[in-house]
Amino acid sequence: MDKKEFVCIGCPLGCNITVETDGAEIKSITGNTCPRGADYVTKELTDPRRIVTSLVRVQGGEMPVVSVKTASDIPKGKIGECIRTLKKIELQAPIHMGDVVAENVCGTGINVVATRTVDKL
Amino acid sequence: MVDVVVIGAGVTGCAVARELARYEYKVTVLERASDVCEGTSKANSGIVHAGYDAHPGTLKAKLNVEGNRMMETLSKELDFPFKRNGSLVLCFDEKDRPRLQKLYEQGVENGVKELRIVEREELKLLEPNISDDAVAALYAPTGGIVCPFGLTIALAENAAVNGVDFRLNTEVLEIEKTESGYRVITNDGTLESRMVVNAAGVYADRFHNMVSGEKIHIIPRKGEYCLMDKKVGGLVSHTVFQLPTVYGKGVLVTPTVHGNLLIGPTAVDVEDHEAVNTTGEGLADVLKRAALSVQNLPTGQIITSFAGLRAHEEKGDFVIGQPEDAPGFFDTAGIESPGLTCAPALGKYVAEQVLEYYPAKKKTDFINTRKGIPNMALADGEERARLIAENPLYANVVCRCELVTEGEIMDAIHRPLGATTLDGVKRRTRAGMGRCQAGFCSPKTVEILAGELGRDMAEIRKNDPGSEFLTGYDKDGIEE
Amino acid sequence: MKKDLVIIGGGPAGLAAAVAAKEAGVDDLLILERDARLGGILNQCIHNGFGLHTFKEELTGPEYAGRYIDKVLALKIPYKLNTMVVDLTEQQTVKENRKLVTVMNREEGLYTIEARAVILAMGCRERSRGALNIPGYRPAGIYSAGTAQRYVNMEGRMPGREVVILGSGDIGLIMARRMTLEGAKVKLVAELMPYSGGLKRNIVQCLDDFGIPLKLSHTVVDIKGKERVEAVVIAQVDEHSKPIHGTEEEIKCDTLLLSCGLIPENELSEGLGVEMNPVTKGPKVNESLETDRKGVFACGNVLHVHDLVDYVSEEAAQAGKRAAAYLQGSLPEVKREIPIKAVNGVRYTVPVSLDVERMEDIQVVRFRVGNVYRDAAIEVSFNGNVVSSRKKKVLAPGEMEQIVLKKIDLEQIEDLRDITVAVRQKEEKIHG
Repeated sequence: MDKKEFVCIGCPLGCNITVETDGAEIKSITGNTCPRGADYVTKELTDPRRIVTSLVRVQGGEMPVVSVKTASDIPKGKIGECIRTLKKIELQAPIHMGDVVAENVCGTGINVVATRTVDKL
Repeated sequence: MVDVVVIGAGVTGCAVARELARYEYKVTVLERASDVCEGTSKANSGIVHAGYDAHPGTLKAKLNVEGNRMMETLSKELDFPFKRNGSLVLCFDEKDRPRLQKLYEQGVENGVKELRIVEREELKLLEPNISDDAVAALYAPTGGIVCPFGLTIALAENAAVNGVDFRLNTEVLEIEKTESGYRVITNDGTLESRMVVNAAGVYADRFHNMVSGEKIHIIPRKGEYCLMDKKVGGLVSHTVFQLPTVYGKGVLVTPTVHGNLLIGPTAVDVEDHEAVNTTGEGLADVLKRAALSVQNLPTGQIITSFAGLRAHEEKGDFVIGQPEDAPGFFDTAGIESPGLTCAPALGKYVAEQVLEYYPAKKKTDFINTRKGIPNMALADGEERARLIAENPLYANVVCRCELVTEGEIMDAIHRPLGATTLDGVKRRTRAGMGRCQAGFCSPKTVEILAGELGRDMAEIRKNDPGSEFLTGYDKDGIEE
Repeated sequence: MKKDLVIIGGGPAGLAAAVAAKEAGVDDLLILERDARLGGILNQCIHNGFGLHTFKEELTGPEYAGRYIDKVLALKIPYKLNTMVVDLTEQQTVKENRKLVTVMNREEGLYTIEARAVILAMGCRERSRGALNIPGYRPAGIYSAGTAQRYVNMEGRMPGREVVILGSGDIGLIMARRMTLEGAKVKLVAELMPYSGGLKRNIVQCLDDFGIPLKLSHTVVDIKGKERVEAVVIAQVDEHSKPIHGTEEEIKCDTLLLSCGLIPENELSEGLGVEMNPVTKGPKVNESLETDRKGVFACGNVLHVHDLVDYVSEEAAQAGKRAAAYLQGSLPEVKREIPIKAVNGVRYTVPVSLDVERMEDIQVVRFRVGNVYRDAAIEVSFNGNVVSSRKKKVLAPGEMEQIVLKKIDLEQIEDLRDITVAVRQKEEKIHG
């Protein structure tokens, strides 16, 4: 039996939630005030995901970098790999908000897109 | 071979260099920092003392009164901010009156004009926010305030325009006596010089002791200050001192020449010649003592705090002139308060000694005046419009708190001895000296500096080497 | 130059105010922006989490700003960039009250715009190291979190490699994650208070995700390093926020980021003589977000510091609408101002007063509490009589709260003299 502690992000209350697991199976969830807490820890335990925001280098633009994000959340464990992938990319201005910067990043099926427009210098 | 090497580009070194520049001397100023005005001259009260503090007959007393008299004319010739706002020394206890009276008499003996003692009622009229505990004060209408950076940079620029060679980032390592004078060994080559002026601040004893057997000893005396927002710069209009009591020397509360409120300094002797750090105790002490002088000290309006080191020579007076065993080596050591006030007189005094030792002709083409950087913040509408018509960059505001424009920053970079660092720009233009303390303008100033100096942003420093702002690019620390 | 409405600031507040004013029929308006682009600080907030209320989707800062910039462009609202307002004054003639807005920019030089109404939307600045009076040396490597954010997110430059962050406000938390993702080592976040000033989700997603420790009730007591930061000394603080001797710990780092609060930038407002609220450091405004100077409105972080941009936009839209009503003559004169009092744990309210005749059908009153409260209630009273009590599991200074007042409710109160907003806590039963 494993025990894991979480702080729920559902609301400002920030419940300290304890989860007991046996392998992949959740045995008990305690400490949450509302069902949202249970949902949150279940997701965090089974498939924690995050939207990643970062930068990609730009040549010939009004700015040297363009801000980017994963179009939706990717598995938390892939964040580092995602950043390493972005490090290798160099774009040419102009870039438009919403342009796909990297397709199917780290095999997640999710694209990385530009979150601003960078005009040509 | 040069005629004079001046060690140190603080206010004293620059004042001496400018005076020497009036004559046919080859003068080189060596400064270990990357800009002028980087030591004691940048962290002090900015006060032009009236001259009642020093004991009659001392060099301090003589040069103070003379320096005070010279400052106004000099401020016009060299275009730096100076204001004769008058000073007050508060007496908090009837029992201390004899000491107030003694200070008055000392001032009169030193030649301070217009000195008088004011009683509580008049004091209240002069300074409505003064503490109710003050029973009387010594009033010196000749006291003033000056921008210490403005003064030092003006002297340096004017010296440079008149042929003085400034070598920055040049640290003196050794001085040796030679047949013709002195050999000055630096981190960047060796100079042969007929004469040396030692204006090395807290390090002046080190250089003196290299050439003379009559040892001197300088003790760095730390002074901590708090600077407050211009919103409360009007709390007092005079420089308000405290009569020293058994509890200590007291601190001052003063408007600065730029309209901030300044309180401090503490006075703590330290071992470390580089200890320009503030301390929790020191800052608390400044606040506690300053609160004795005025009502409702606006502690919530502090925008920055800083510390400076005064070069205190253990015998108490300035050490100026040639040691008996080192002719041609001129000390300006132990230049603690009122050193800033004394600088113009001190420069003249040392130049006279140099002339006596090794005469030279007066230059016929000496340029006596200097025009400072335009100041958009202080300019009226008409002047602003005129400046903008001349150069549209004067309309592009970089520092919003102090209203400093791109035009002024460009000027600061491109003048003689122009700024190469953020602090250099700050001290020449006030960009970053305001209430946000460079939070908004520093990235822009760094960009302008990089562009104008033809360097990458990563090479732009706060001040000395090692103080670069940026450490690399995004993801540099990510292994591929 | 003459304008009906001048909006000072082209950040989220100014943009939303302009859009609302234009949509309400003000055609002769102008946005003045001191930076090189519209969008204000959102341009450097490249993280996600914006717009959940306004657009029902999670956007990054530039995307959120982009939505409003697109509206400004579509509505053909004029704006000036790189333009600094250097002076704001008032001129009362027999006929009308005019505001004189003196501006400067590279292209047009220095000139004055006569405006019938002005919306203040200048935003805020960060509290600096100096204002915090942190002792120590003054080397390079000390940045406000926002300055560091600009270097990283706009320039792609790193301000440091090993970082300590003081202050757990949202910008500090966000920067902890940004610096980590971009390859820096964030050693810890120290927070003076016994609770974080930031949103819970930011603590989890910006600190916990990366194993960055948060030290509550800690502060920086010394900064070491002459040229560049070499270390900071942190110490635990007591209940009066004073460092506890003996708890000092030296942390090697080359960078100290400060995220210790935001201060509304009201130098122009103060120059005009606008009455200020000492708690918010923003202007005192009535239900129309109008200051004590007729025709001068305020919104966004210049009025009071917000946590969520969505509420800035909402508030600014109200300011724009009310400014439009003022210009169109449909905003009645102030007749009977009812004070809204912040009491018992409520630090302030925006607005500070309302005039029932002038108010719209619904009035949002925003406020913050001064401490952390658990199982408390927000109580609203008219003339001292409690009219509503809303239970809250937790109230914290870091989270802006709001109540909604309805015009029909207020109209029913005879002789309404005051409205109070208070925190009410259940009395705890003590056993034995």
